[in-house]
Amino acid sequence: MPELEMSLDGVPLPARPGQSVGAALAAAGVASWRTTRDGRPRGLFCGIGICFDCLITADGVPNQRACLTPVHEGMVLETGEGERDGN
Amino acid sequence: MSLPRFVDVVVIGGGAVGAACAYFAARSGLSVAVVERGAVASGTSSACEGNILVSDKEAGPELALAQYSQILWRGDLAEFGHLWEFEAKGGLVVSARPGTQGNLARLAERQRAAGIAVEMVAADALPDLEPELNPNMAGGAYYSQDAQVQPMLAAAHLLRLARELGATVHTQTTVTGFLLRGDAVTGVVTSGGTVSAAAVVNAAGTWGGAVAQLAGVNVPVLPRKGYVMVTEPLPVKVRHKVYAAEYVDNVASSDARLQTSPVVEGTRGGTILIGSSRERVGFDKAVDPLVLAAMAGKAIGLFPFLAGAKALRSYFGFRPYCPDHLPVIGPDPRAPGLWHACGHEGAGIGLSVGTGALIAAALTGADPALDLAPFAPERFDTPAAQEAAHA
Repeated sequence: MPELEMSLDGVPLPARPGQSVGAALAAAGVASWRTTRDGRPRGLFCGIGICFDCLITADGVPNQRACLTPVHEGMVLETGEGERDGN
Repeated sequence: MSLPRFVDVVVIGGGAVGAACAYFAARSGLSVAVVERGAVASGTSSACEGNILVSDKEAGPELALAQYSQILWRGDLAEFGHLWEFEAKGGLVVSARPGTQGNLARLAERQRAAGIAVEMVAADALPDLEPELNPNMAGGAYYSQDAQVQPMLAAAHLLRLARELGATVHTQTTVTGFLLRGDAVTGVVTSGGTVSAAAVVNAAGTWGGAVAQLAGVNVPVLPRKGYVMVTEPLPVKVRHKVYAAEYVDNVASSDARLQTSPVVEGTRGGTILIGSSRERVGFDKAVDPLVLAAMAGKAIGLFPFLAGAKALRSYFGFRPYCPDHLPVIGPDPRAPGLWHACGHEGAGIGLSVGTGALIAAALTGADPALDLAPFAPERFDTPAAQEAAHA
């Protein structure tokens, strides 16, 4: 399957069409992309859209669930310290 | 662990109130066994917000119990506060209309006379406390003593501390009857065997009435359903427990129909908890989206930014309430040996430690810090009380 390329904090990140952002991050060995207010790491937990632990900023939109967000060519992903402002 | 044959005290119920009773009784030197039909905190203690409030209580016996509990949470138990995430967040009650603010000021005056720390807040000072609050509010009142704990952690750690003092805790153990000698209760019959005890404490929460029936006594604890909604994690936007002044009226109301009033607060996890609802629908576990919609609408009225927040989940609990909205605490003269510590409605987490300390003092023959008369289990048996309960 042809690869497409995204970026995570400016670093290239490969993905395959049809993957979720969470799957692409896990496949690339990235386990955590957010921290809680007291600095503990967060990434995929439930993986099915329920727990909201895997929130990530995708294409400038904060608080997206990585496990439910499909990848696309040129997607810009940003990690966060604490929660991002959704407003 | 197998049940002991004989103890000084059997506590029925492993929620916050039962855990507090067990802890203070064990600390008083009594041997204690806790029997819980499910898991620790599996009833209302895991389906609430962990409130420790003085603000929502009219001057009177319940407020006195809340004040006594405050002393324990912040004094005796302060060293454990980090274990159950004690957070002295403070409460802000807001009024949408000047008339409501007038009523709130009069309530605050009565509470202040009873020793509560409360400051009235003018409308133009509200943004200093809560920058995201709807600017069209008429004013508010700030209660620095209002606090919160993680209720499941509080119950679990109080039970652990009780075990360190020699108590035993038996989950998945259902009480099916009492050992009786005439009217007197001399122990419990459970799914795991019988235990003889000098005293049995009914801390079964919303199911306390059913437990009392097993001993042939009437303790009219009834379920009142309340929902809580949880948002996605957000930055700090709500600093205190913030609620509309009408909440106080709803708590005190005996209306069976659905009542909702906005209660909004942030948690350490970043989520925002949104309440509140109260309705008398028995133990109906169906989720009604219209109730959640009503709560969400009112919460947005208080904090407009919530319109853009995603709800992560909701949950509900059955608050144990009595017709006069006071808990049942103390020995039952109709069934000597049986004690009650239940019926705390939506205040059971906050009032748990005061209740446990009062029960332990009375069990050991010490003078309880508060007069137990207003909480007497037999108070519902008078003709006037029965009439009021059926009104």
